[in-house]
Amino acid sequence: MEQTVQFFSGFNVNDFLFLGEAAGRTLLISFVSIALGTLLGGLFGWALYEGKLFATFALAPVLDVFRSVPLIIQLVLFYNFAPIVGLRLDPFMSGVAVLTIYTAALVANVARGGIEAVGQPMRRAARSLGMTYWQDLRYVVLPIGGRAVFPSWVGVALGVMKDSALVSVLGYVELLKASQILITRTQEPFLILAFAGAFYFALSYPISLYADKLERRWAQ
Amino acid sequence: MFEYNFHWRPVLKNLPDLLEAGLVTLEVASLAMVLGIVIGLALALIRLKLRGPLRWFASSWVELARNTPALFQLFFFGFGLGAFGLHLTPYAIVLAGLTFNCAGYLAENFRGGFQAIPETQIRAARSLGMTSAQAYLRIVIPQVIRIVYYPITNQMVWAVLISSLGMLVGFRELSGETQFFASRTYRIFEYFAVTAVLYYVIVKIILLVSRLLAIKLFRY
Repeated sequence: MEQTVQFFSGFNVNDFLFLGEAAGRTLLISFVSIALGTLLGGLFGWALYEGKLFATFALAPVLDVFRSVPLIIQLVLFYNFAPIVGLRLDPFMSGVAVLTIYTAALVANVARGGIEAVGQPMRRAARSLGMTYWQDLRYVVLPIGGRAVFPSWVGVALGVMKDSALVSVLGYVELLKASQILITRTQEPFLILAFAGAFYFALSYPISLYADKLERRWAQ
Repeated sequence: MFEYNFHWRPVLKNLPDLLEAGLVTLEVASLAMVLGIVIGLALALIRLKLRGPLRWFASSWVELARNTPALFQLFFFGFGLGAFGLHLTPYAIVLAGLTFNCAGYLAENFRGGFQAIPETQIRAARSLGMTSAQAYLRIVIPQVIRIVYYPITNQMVWAVLISSLGMLVGFRELSGETQFFASRTYRIFEYFAVTAVLYYVIVKIILLVSRLLAIKLFRY
């Protein structure tokens, strides 16, 4: 009896699980990178605001590089640079490292804007009430400035979530990479891409609507 | 620790090719921007002035472009259209994807620009005897151009950066060309490092030119 090898097979239930798992990985890498990047970016933003010489001549240009070079190039570069200095990183770790710095570079500007949004008189008032510098930052600048730039931060976070798709170049199987794998096997590009697109859209659209609403309400 | 030997010679040998590929990047990004500005303007006006199915179409375009990853959009034009028997060349895929993306983002900027001009200005212009077309051409449009100029330059930078995704659909722009040479010589780090520098230079040139143009056009 002759046997034929099947290269292509139809879309089945397991593939949905595969896509779902990959969507989970997209969420995971985005969440970790955005969380770490926001912390780091807040720190950088504060340094840009406070640090005089160092920030203008060292930090700002370096952060600018991460915003002027395509993320995909940064990923490939870092992934191939790590072994040179003796680091053994898997695609996930490399992806998190690059996405974190990338997020931090974007958040730094947002954070600086937030600190600048808090008026000098308000901060002097806080200090003259006997607050220390750090108390002023924690109880005055953070709530007021944070609120002012929260919508922009949401924009950055959603951007990073979408850009996390690029980690697929390192072989990390997130949603788009998984779609690509399934498309090659099932030859059903439209269905699979529609599913992937719908996932990103369902995540991004409501959050951006909410951020717009907040921005409009707070602008009044 | 540092056992890797850097070999820059092959990269230098291919530098003319890379520079030429940089021109391809600029070309596709500029073309996408021109198309994106025209389409984005149309989308913005439709969303502001019309109702019905056309408005629904424009809104879907804008929201899809803004809420899904650029890579997804490229894949859609690459593989997704294949489901309908439509196979684009890599150049067309990147151009279509970039145009779709830029038009969506620009439409939102244009909409904001138009909304920033108070309705009363048009009424004032009309009562001074201007026709509707004159009021738009002489009062509204010049102001809108000033408002959207900065977002347009940002979008141009963004177009150059995301054109690097062409590498993943087999387009030989700067990133694709780099990938091609890197995989032939296995000098991945060296090639991508030079490409990163080239992208940085391209972005800085765009920003410089737009700055000079702004001084010439708007005198600020």
